[in-house]
Amino acid sequence: MLNTWIAATVVAVIAGVMGLFAVLRGSTFAAHAIPNGAFAGAAGATLLGLNPLAGLAVFSLAGAAGIAALSRRARHDVATALTFVLMLGIGALFVSWSTEYAQEAYSLLFGEVFGVSSGDVLPIALLGMVSIALIVVLFRPLLLTSAMPEVAAARGLPPERLELAFLLVMALATAMTVPVVGALLMFSLMIGPAAAARTLTASPVRALALSVGLALAAVWLGIVLSYRTNWPLGFFVGVTGAAYYLLALFLRTTYLSPARAR
Amino acid sequence: MHYLFASGFFGNQPVRTALLVGTVIAVTSAVTGVFTVTRGQSFAGHSLADIATTGGSGAFLVGLNQFWGYLAFGVGAALFMELIGVQRRRGRDVATGVVLGGGLGLAALFLYLGAQRTSAGGASFTILFGSIFVLTSSTVPYLIVSAVVALGIVIMLARVLLLSSLSPDIAAARGVPIRLIGAVYLIALAISVALSAVIIGAVLSTALLIGPAATALRLTRGPVRSMLTAAVIGVAATWLGVWLAYDSYTWPPARHGWPVSFFVVALVVGGYLVTFLRREPRERACSAA
Repeated sequence: MLNTWIAATVVAVIAGVMGLFAVLRGSTFAAHAIPNGAFAGAAGATLLGLNPLAGLAVFSLAGAAGIAALSRRARHDVATALTFVLMLGIGALFVSWSTEYAQEAYSLLFGEVFGVSSGDVLPIALLGMVSIALIVVLFRPLLLTSAMPEVAAARGLPPERLELAFLLVMALATAMTVPVVGALLMFSLMIGPAAAARTLTASPVRALALSVGLALAAVWLGIVLSYRTNWPLGFFVGVTGAAYYLLALFLRTTYLSPARAR
Repeated sequence: MHYLFASGFFGNQPVRTALLVGTVIAVTSAVTGVFTVTRGQSFAGHSLADIATTGGSGAFLVGLNQFWGYLAFGVGAALFMELIGVQRRRGRDVATGVVLGGGLGLAALFLYLGAQRTSAGGASFTILFGSIFVLTSSTVPYLIVSAVVALGIVIMLARVLLLSSLSPDIAAARGVPIRLIGAVYLIALAISVALSAVIIGAVLSTALLIGPAATALRLTRGPVRSMLTAAVIGVAATWLGVWLAYDSYTWPPARHGWPVSFFVVALVVGGYLVTFLRREPRERACSAA
């Protein structure tokens, strides 16, 4: 149980940070596509008798690179959609080749947060720290290209390379979180808290703190409820995330002046 | 075991049904997709397919016909997205993501509750990847009617939709109710993807919605030509995909057939990538002029 708490806490911090940038940059589709598409890699690795984590890493990085490369010459959402369906299509092929994969795929989509062993905690914490460190390094340029693309361009920041860097960090974070919480939950956890935080405050640092705080609260509450009711954690986190955003929209329209909100 | 047919491609009932329904869906998706790509709503299109499948598992739990679950959740999600701000270009991504996140939470719950009655893994799989070969012919009329409804809405709205997608200011000045048009379009999109997701799975549904339309918009000018080209590409990919899947029955390594969704996705994405060989900048928004 302690391992579950540690792993889930690390995942929530990462989701809060990555999610805020995904929301600021309008990359929520990529945040959905990379974790979900990466499962194809796990299926392939299982087929070859390799560690699924390696397959997840390879496919999420390849997916990030694919989205970034296609985006240079096509619309971002079209590039993401087509990269995503291609990954899932390959996943369907791998699954059809193997005979006993279905159950394992289910756990990759929905996670096995109560099955985290003490051996799993260390790599998760390490990869988590690496992702956070990379985000800290990229913090200012990422923020600038997200919020004021023209100013960033004038300062000579390469937007395409930054986009690639951002997606690669997201892929790295994904490879470590998907086996723990599942691809679907990871997405809910990235978007709900971050969207609520951005709705409530315009200051990036405050939004970051709020986003991480809300993600932590969602996961901790979800674990308690999930443990009590035996219902899946993904349900509680998904519903909490959506509720955060609705509540934030309500608070903004009720208490904040339109000028400050925008 | 859905691959029992060993000989005779066109003489085979599952194949004929797959081709018929596949054609209807490919055409509807491709035409709807031209507007989805032009309006930059690919994410919404994919999310609606995912959420519709959630409705399917919900309907299964309470013992209703799954088709109505698909339709109800798809249209409900479309209305909800519209309500929380999908119409603004800036907030669109976030509104879509929030609705999808909540929908996936429900999916986790429904699948968990469903898994207590039946085996778990298989259900989530059919939902993601679908199976065009296991259609029952009794649902086919419903599917075709809803496809025609979605297609009809899109074609009737085509002119105003184009205007309000490409130059919202001019549309507003001419008194076009942009928000209402956007909402009605989103509902048509929801019907179209719910319908294709029920039959071919959320993956293939997105592929057929975005791929042919994006390819057509790179190749042609003008809305009518784009829609026709997209429809032709979609139908061709579907037919080839079904044919290859039928043929792959004897292929290694498993010798029980490769999935249709893989072939169709590979053909659609491959076709799109081929258009990059022509030296052209981004997708043109299909210009009305």
